[in-house]
Amino acid sequence: MIQVDNLTKRYGPVEAIHDVSFRVDEGRIVGFLGPNGAGKSTTMKILACFMPASGGSARVAGYDVFSQSLEVRRRIGYLPENAPLYPELSVASYLDFVAEIKGVGRAARRGRVADVMDRCFVGDMQNRLIGKLSKGYRQRVGLAQALLGDPEVLILDEPTIGLDPRQIAEIRTLIRSLAGQHTVILSTHILPEVSMVCDGVIIINRGRIVAQGTESELVQQAFPSTRIELRVAGATDDVAGAVAAIPGVTGVQPIAARDGSVGVLVEAARERDVRPELVRLVAGKGWTLQEMHQVGMSLEEVFMRAVAGEQEPLEAVPAAEEAR
Amino acid sequence: MRWRPVFKKEMRLYFGSPVAYVVFTFFLLISGWFFSQIFLFYSDASMRSFMQPQMGQNLNVVDNVMRPLFTNMSVVLLFFIPMLTMRLFAEEKKAGTMELLLTYPIRDGEVLAGKYLAALALYLILLALTLLYPGLVAYFTRVEWGPILTGYLGLVLTGAVFLAVGVLISSLTENQIVAGFGTFGVLIGFWVIGWGAEFAGGNLRGVLQYLSIGDHLDGFTRGLIDTKDLVYYVTGVALALFLTLRSLDSKRWKG
Repeated sequence: MIQVDNLTKRYGPVEAIHDVSFRVDEGRIVGFLGPNGAGKSTTMKILACFMPASGGSARVAGYDVFSQSLEVRRRIGYLPENAPLYPELSVASYLDFVAEIKGVGRAARRGRVADVMDRCFVGDMQNRLIGKLSKGYRQRVGLAQALLGDPEVLILDEPTIGLDPRQIAEIRTLIRSLAGQHTVILSTHILPEVSMVCDGVIIINRGRIVAQGTESELVQQAFPSTRIELRVAGATDDVAGAVAAIPGVTGVQPIAARDGSVGVLVEAARERDVRPELVRLVAGKGWTLQEMHQVGMSLEEVFMRAVAGEQEPLEAVPAAEEAR
Repeated sequence: MRWRPVFKKEMRLYFGSPVAYVVFTFFLLISGWFFSQIFLFYSDASMRSFMQPQMGQNLNVVDNVMRPLFTNMSVVLLFFIPMLTMRLFAEEKKAGTMELLLTYPIRDGEVLAGKYLAALALYLILLALTLLYPGLVAYFTRVEWGPILTGYLGLVLTGAVFLAVGVLISSLTENQIVAGFGTFGVLIGFWVIGWGAEFAGGNLRGVLQYLSIGDHLDGFTRGLIDTKDLVYYVTGVALALFLTLRSLDSKRWKG
């Protein structure tokens, strides 16, 4: 549904994105993740036909964003960063304007506007001037205008910014409910948001894509082994040695003792869940199990590694070609 | 052409903010003041013509009241029209709403048409309000409507050029004050360029005179519709709007 090939955008001498390629299949929700200034907004502006790329191509809903821009624009809903709106218009009259400009017929307009206001929880403010609304409401009015006209593809630049926790939850539920009928690409720098809302993740850093795939794929690639932190009390003998003897365990490191308990960090092959064996060992030795949990497998760590460049990019990214 | 959504939105913005009301109020105050002064002067002259009948030969009410009023109004418009047009594109660019507008399924030409026609509509309403003055004249005396109507046609065309120049300049900047002053400067420039004709010789003289905006209004206020003037106004509007389209298009290229 969205197909991006070798997209490059230069602002004068500065390269905002370099050789970006990805695809988003129909009905999927993909999170575009990256630190500020990584090139998320630039990519989205190109996809929304607001500005042309310097190189490469992008197709949305089967049409080229540059040469068939009008066809693309008929099929997208776009929420730019910071949701720019007209402060002097009321919510209802603004949405009516958007519905009309998107070609919703006069007869259907009222109903459609009421519908998106309901879905985005702005109905109670419909006669208020947009300039008088709080940031959270403005953001949701911005989302409402993107949804108008029932576009196939939604391009949402930081849709939950400025919302309070309850509103964030509501909007995430709303976006989640779009899966299947709509293809959504949303940018964010809130990592849990991606886990909750998205089917896939694209991580971009300094204008280059450093990782893409589903969350579990990325976690598996980044961490071939699982790590379990185990903490027991009442152990008089060698905990680390006993744990290391369990089949499947690939490494054991002691961690700081606390209140007479002994802690170890257990590394094991991902395919093999060693936790039942650990529990049996603890029980058999007569130790007291205080704590056992998996560590360091979140998307957050994948992200931090990808962005900090501590390791090689998770997916083979072609070696940077220098400026042509 | 799907210009109506943008047209309606612009009208809502004009009337939803104080812009339309402030412009209407002050334009009517100023032009009303002109009208009353000219009219008082005219009635004074009419009185005196009783004593000296030979003075009364040229006391046509249209020539003596409406013509100076039209000229005065066109000068006031030089100041007022930039304020109607300066926000049209500059404000959208500054606020970022341009980004949304240009990603809706609507052509640049349709956006431009909506905005230009909205400004033109506001201007026509403004002119319609000034029909009060010839109405008052007609109440007191018999008038020839022909030259008054052509005079209004001349004002409509002059305003149409002013507005097109204003829209063009607003599309070039994101700063409303720059757009306003830029428009004002260009319009004044085209107004006074004709003064240079006096000292210019040969072909230049004709060119300068033809470029001067004010000179083209003169014929209309005398009841004369000259093709030369019509061509001037129509090409002025077309050129300015065409350049605006190019300017909007360049946004897509430059990003």
